[in-house]
Amino acid sequence: MAQDQLNSKIVVIGGSAGSLEALLDLLPALRSDINIPIVIVIHRKTAPGSPLVDVLAIKSSLPVCEVDEKEPVRNGHIYIAPADYHLLFEADHTFSLDVSEKVNYSRPSIDVAFESAAEVYGAGLTGILLSGANADGTHGLMVIGELGGVAIAQDPDTAEISYMPEHAINNHVAHHIMNVQQIAAYINAL
Amino acid sequence: MEILITDKQLDEVLEDVFAIYGYDFKSYAKASMHRRINRLIAIDKFPSFAEFRYRIRTDKDYFHRFVEEITVNVTEMFRDPAFFNALRTEVLPAIATKPFIRVWHAGCSTGEEVYSTAILLKEANMLHKTLIYATDLNPDVVEKAKSGIFQLDRMKQYSENYIASGGKADFSSYYTAKYDRVIFNEELKKRMIFATHNLVSDGSFNEFQLILCRNVLIYFDKDLQQKVFDLFDKSLDSLGFLALGTKETLRFSPFIHRFRQLDKMKIWRKIS
Repeated sequence: MAQDQLNSKIVVIGGSAGSLEALLDLLPALRSDINIPIVIVIHRKTAPGSPLVDVLAIKSSLPVCEVDEKEPVRNGHIYIAPADYHLLFEADHTFSLDVSEKVNYSRPSIDVAFESAAEVYGAGLTGILLSGANADGTHGLMVIGELGGVAIAQDPDTAEISYMPEHAINNHVAHHIMNVQQIAAYINAL
Repeated sequence: MEILITDKQLDEVLEDVFAIYGYDFKSYAKASMHRRINRLIAIDKFPSFAEFRYRIRTDKDYFHRFVEEITVNVTEMFRDPAFFNALRTEVLPAIATKPFIRVWHAGCSTGEEVYSTAILLKEANMLHKTLIYATDLNPDVVEKAKSGIFQLDRMKQYSENYIASGGKADFSSYYTAKYDRVIFNEELKKRMIFATHNLVSDGSFNEFQLILCRNVLIYFDKDLQQKVFDLFDKSLDSLGFLALGTKETLRFSPFIHRFRQLDKMKIWRKIS
């Protein structure tokens, strides 16, 4: 693997119920000259024409788009995982999609995206787990930690629904516990 | 800590599988393969990668399990109702005047979409002059598809999908329920031809007015995708249609200029 690939940084954010509110606070707080990719995996309904991408794009000065399969992972872009597909990362830094079984009752599953990103980006990966009512993401944060990346859980006191970040914290897989403003500052400093 | 195979180990397994059994998965997208194999090693509790590799090399029955588990066979009837609505309202009327119609479901898995298409053809009064070829690389799923037997507990969801796709009939009139299963009507099945066909290694075998290959190409690398697009191009009638999954595209294909995309749908029509 090329040296520049080993050193690449990426942020992958997972969220479920209540995470949209956190994202709407987080995205405007990010620097407009951020030079790493930010990938967002949230559980959502599969209804076509979902306005999620538009809603988030309004809040960000960075380009926001839904992932297409085999699309290169570019710096300075915010990517949203499409509904009803698992999101995976290839070693050549392109996205892959997968329609296999739901994991934690979810597709996309945060665990699946975290684990795949960890295998490719290793220590360059920061995984962030936001609000939700599901155990998805905990195992993924553990794998991120095992492969040298940084695992962050949203401070449950600040989450709309505390179960998901709390589950990760109780399983001792989160390196940091942060509120949304602290998460923004952390990403801005990467 | 669970076993996560390396790129090199993945290549070794896929080389073994090709050399010993003739199945070529080497051009499949690696990320999904990694995940499926890591998952299989965990489920079947192999203590090491070496033991997993040895089992595949030496146990043909286990190799069948390997194919079953690493290929994705998650499907449903009328999945993406908007797509089936477009098939119903835009594609079928465009080919309805043909005296004889051939449809190919490439990568048909357990057949749910094949029966969905047959229902649309029946409702368009075209089924009697259509043959639907349904193929998959995995003989086990082809057998399942051929049986026309599905789980009763899925029918509620399928019926909702059917109605959302513009279906007006009583969905339950297309099958007979028995215990926890249903069997679809013989009238639908007798217009279907099931066979194994591997998109990686097998060629064109007929000319079709409609080819459906949904959520199959996402598992292929770019080179293999191009090869399969070439195969579909060769297998399509001069004004035939190609239908892909909601996140798949012909956009990067060198043949794109020969196709016109239907409005907002992952359906392309050959124009030359």
